[in-house]
Amino acid sequence: MQITDTIYALSSGALPAGVAVIRISGPATADVIGRLCGALPQPRRAALRTIRTRNGEILDSGLVIYFPGPASFTGEDCCELQVHGGRAVVHAILDALAGFEGLRHAEAGEFSRRAFQNGKLDLVEVEGLADLITAETEMQRRLAIEQSGGGQSALYQGWARRLTHARAMIEAELDFADEDDIPGSVSETIWSDMAKLAGEIDAHIDQAGLAEIIRDGLKIVIAGEPNAGKSSLLNALAKRDIAIVTEIAGTTRDVLSVDLSLAGFSVKLYDTAGLRETDELVEREGIRRAREVIGHADLILLLSEKPGDFVWNEPVGNDVPVIRVATKIDRNGANWAPGQADLFLSTKTGDGIADLLEELKAHLPDLAGRTSLAMPSRKRHVDCLKQASAALARSLAVEGLDIQAEQLRMASDALGRITGRVDVENLLDVIFSEFCVGK
Amino acid sequence: MTSYDVIVIGGGHAGCEAASAAARLGARTALVTHKKETIGVMSCNPAIGGLGKGHLVREIDALDGLMGRVADAAGIQFRLLNRRKGPAVRGPRTQADRRLYREAMQREIDAIENLDVIEGDAFDLLTDDETVAGVIMKDGRVFRAAAVVLTTGTFLKGLIHVGDRKIPAGRVGEAPSVGLSETLCRFGLRLGRLKTGTPARLDGRTIDWDRVGRQGPDEDPVPFSFMTDTILNRQIECGVTRTTDATHKIIADNIHRSAMYSGQIEGVGPRYCPSIEDKIVRFGERDGHQIFLEPEGLDDDTIYPNGISTSLPEDVQAAFIRTIPGLESVAILQPGYAIEYDHVDPRELQLSLSVRKMPGLFLAGQINGTTGYEEAGAQGLVAGLNAALAAMGREPFVFSRTDSYIGVMIDDLTSRGITEPYRMFTSRAEYRLSLRADNADMRLTPAGIELGCVGEERRTRFGSWKGAYEEGRTLLRSLSITPNEGARHGLKLNQDGQRRTAFDILAFPDQTIEGLRPLWPQLEAIDPRVSGALQIDAAYAVYMERQAADIAGIRREESATIPDDFDYSDLPGLSNELKQKLAQQRPRNLAQAMKVDGMTPAAVSLLLSWLRRQERRAQRVAGQAAQ
Ligand SMILES: Cc1cc2nc3c(=O)[nH]c(=O)nc-3n(C[C@H](O)[C@H](O)[C@H](O)COP(=O)(O)OP(=O)(O)OC[C@H]3O[C@@H](n4cnc5c(N)ncnc54)[C@H](O)[C@@H]3O)c2cc1C
Ligand SMILES: Nc1nc2c(ncn2[C@@H]2O[C@H](COP(=O)(O)OP(=O)(O)O)[C@@H](O)[C@H]2O)c(=O)[nH]1
Ligand SMILES: [Mg+2]
Repeated sequence: MQITDTIYALSSGALPAGVAVIRISGPATADVIGRLCGALPQPRRAALRTIRTRNGEILDSGLVIYFPGPASFTGEDCCELQVHGGRAVVHAILDALAGFEGLRHAEAGEFSRRAFQNGKLDLVEVEGLADLITAETEMQRRLAIEQSGGGQSALYQGWARRLTHARAMIEAELDFADEDDIPGSVSETIWSDMAKLAGEIDAHIDQAGLAEIIRDGLKIVIAGEPNAGKSSLLNALAKRDIAIVTEIAGTTRDVLSVDLSLAGFSVKLYDTAGLRETDELVEREGIRRAREVIGHADLILLLSEKPGDFVWNEPVGNDVPVIRVATKIDRNGANWAPGQADLFLSTKTGDGIADLLEELKAHLPDLAGRTSLAMPSRKRHVDCLKQASAALARSLAVEGLDIQAEQLRMASDALGRITGRVDVENLLDVIFSEFCVGK
Repeated sequence: MTSYDVIVIGGGHAGCEAASAAARLGARTALVTHKKETIGVMSCNPAIGGLGKGHLVREIDALDGLMGRVADAAGIQFRLLNRRKGPAVRGPRTQADRRLYREAMQREIDAIENLDVIEGDAFDLLTDDETVAGVIMKDGRVFRAAAVVLTTGTFLKGLIHVGDRKIPAGRVGEAPSVGLSETLCRFGLRLGRLKTGTPARLDGRTIDWDRVGRQGPDEDPVPFSFMTDTILNRQIECGVTRTTDATHKIIADNIHRSAMYSGQIEGVGPRYCPSIEDKIVRFGERDGHQIFLEPEGLDDDTIYPNGISTSLPEDVQAAFIRTIPGLESVAILQPGYAIEYDHVDPRELQLSLSVRKMPGLFLAGQINGTTGYEEAGAQGLVAGLNAALAAMGREPFVFSRTDSYIGVMIDDLTSRGITEPYRMFTSRAEYRLSLRADNADMRLTPAGIELGCVGEERRTRFGSWKGAYEEGRTLLRSLSITPNEGARHGLKLNQDGQRRTAFDILAFPDQTIEGLRPLWPQLEAIDPRVSGALQIDAAYAVYMERQAADIAGIRREESATIPDDFDYSDLPGLSNELKQKLAQQRPRNLAQAMKVDGMTPAAVSLLLSWLRRQERRAQRVAGQAAQ
């Protein structure tokens, strides 16, 4: 039995399509290509080949690119077949591949998993890749590229290296105390670097909110009294009828949402039930749900058709802006004096909608001048980073080198969980490369 | 034909512990070794303990093994290393008088009733039906045994190098062991080759002691053994000197004549025990390397120069040694040398140190790729206990990473194998704060009592100690104080209104039981023997709690054992790659399986659910049998 199966799968999108890409990875790749397409093309050069079954029957002709391992995506021998994207063509080729001994269809995510196992990608990069594939806005793409391209991993690995170095120095002091080559005074510089590291990690954690906005979109909740025109605004911004609009107050019972793309960012717009006292069971539930999304909002649009109705008693975070929007100005624009609202609009005429969009853009994160988007984009990252930072803080606060070392170990475990792992052998390697220990 | 429950081959550090442990469990035991008078010989440096190693000695002692007591009887310079760096990393160490050590060890071995010592070269193993059944001596004698423990140290195809001179030997002046190496090959075990080295021995009468520095012993020597009250030997100083530029130059100029650097040696040596050649090649620019001049005994003029082990030719050794301050006209009693030897890949072993492919055979000591007396002794204990248990048809007794350094070492060896001689370090133990030298007795003696390897004397003494400890802890936990009351007695506590017990307060820096006496005169009742332990336990209590959950998790994973003959191809849902890797590495339990490369959470839960199913099935079968 071979240690590693060779796997294959259609790697491009839904069929039919102009072109389809079939990817093969594993030790049998070269052999399979030889048998399907004749001579193996030169590594990493596209070659036009006829693809045949084992009986010589022609299946298609297409471009064949061969990537010998380890310089390939998975780290194994890999091949990509670019063929015509017809259903029958692709299925015939997949069937032909299935006929080879030791070949099987890849499981979901298996190419990336192999890349991970072969050390081509770390965990953060694999996650980044998954995000890249699903990225819809420009900013999501940039964030995912940063992550899958290793920018974020490089940051974490840099930290992990510093931590490993610090631990190695401390461990050397503990395990080789009787050796004169170990300077007892390295600690001073080590601890000041650890304090600095904790600061850098905290600053990085602070970026998590930004990353979440980029990944999941800026959450804007449209709120206001029943009949203020909330659902109409949602429909106007979405440019289609998503919410039911009637003149009956309390029409909207559930939270509706729509994703928009605004200046490269994703924006999630929520329409809610108007907040009011009511005995109506369904509406009450709608109001409860409305309060829940308001609690998570990044920005609130508070709508009203009359100057007096901007009442707002909902608990939201300090830094969540509440923008007062006067509605239906085609009908009652005369009732408003300047300054009584931040924005004035009518969904009927479209007046003020452009102003609203400009205003929203001003609330998007300002990424001008930023060269790197390395920020923790998942809760998993943030959790581990917080654990690391807390352990570092403790390592600086407690007494006793053994206990301090224990905190550093916890910090490095937490950091290691994001990308991979640190091992004691790793520590010993650092010690032996820097010190002449042993009698 | 004479027949035993357990035969131990090799009277080194591993062998003595193995023989004693097997005998303590009541097995009829024989110790087969080349010469009675080399039992307990220290092949290399005359010292026991140190960082990580001292922990091992304390653990051997906690199970009533020999090394701690013998070291106490032979110790001539006790020092507690890392005294100021926290109790978890303190390492007891002593220089030992070689002769006193050997004699004390031989006395211990002689005193064991159900133990025979047999002199001679064990040449082959007797097998019965794929099971080891005894020992065949070179002279033709045959001894039968239900279990055999092999502890032949550096003797398997041992080859000494001095410059380009090669001498087959197990130690200087002792013949190597060739037959057994072939036997292990025949059993299909993977063997490897390692090397280690030792420095020249010097005549102390020819050293200019005025030109070297001094290192003294601790004023108040702390013994290794729970059973030792005071150290009786006179304590001595050792000398300290350094290599010079002239030393470095001679070594650099002659490096091609070193067996290490001329390509004569294929074995891998330890990085933490480098030869002086290695130090010069790798860290040449240093302003000198430290050398300890350690007397080998109270009435022995031999000096062991710790720090300059070498395989250079004798003339070069003499030349470079005489460039060292104090050693200008030193007489060399015996040249330094490097030794290469065969070892067995420890991944061939189970946690009980029995060879998987050969039931009835156990391996311990340097033969498993470790280095050091303490590592050898600790393995000897494990192998001796388990050989006796196997001979009696009892369940194996295995150590865990969470209860001891012994457990850490055996888990490391059997799951990862080795790439250089394995030595203990405190950094290898992830539960270092819990596994302290000071609490070794509390960690292991109760299990030893239950198992039956702890003698009457220690059982009584431990029982009374533990009683006093628990009384003291109960008392400390029953006394409490509010921050306000504390302030009145000059105790600065967080003003949070929380009542704190005396035990809690001891966790603060600078608080001692002694210091709390004015506040609580009752504390006088605490037995002075246990106050140190209480103090440390109080200081570590919060960390212990934090580790306890982790430890419980690991214990659960460790206790999910995977049968040795487990057929992974039967397990649906695992990828072929993973099946292959698991079949190759044969993790002994779930904790080890989780460390196999590419093991996913899904695969772990598959494996676990299968193990649970097997367990339930076994219980059902047992239940039916009982009816
Ligand atoms: C030159 C040298 C340098 C070393 N340097 C260091 C060092 O710097 N640091 C360190 O920590 N450790 C060092 N050691 C290692 C340390 O001595 C060993 O790790 C330790 O002694 C191993 O114990 P053991 O019980 O496994 O084997 P040993 O102590 O070697 O005992 C083996 C015993 O088995 C007997 N024996 C072997 N074969 C047979 C047979 N076929 N039949 C009967 N009896 C047999 C021998 O006579 C001997 O009594 C060194 C060892 C040597 C030889
Ligand atoms: N004239 C005018 N009527 C509007 C405008 N926006 C909403 N309406 C009307 O106001 C009523 C309530 O609107 P709706 O969007 O359902 O309000 P909601 O309860 O806040 O969601 C409906 O009859 C809408 O047609 C507007 O800009 N101009
Ligand atoms: Mg509505």
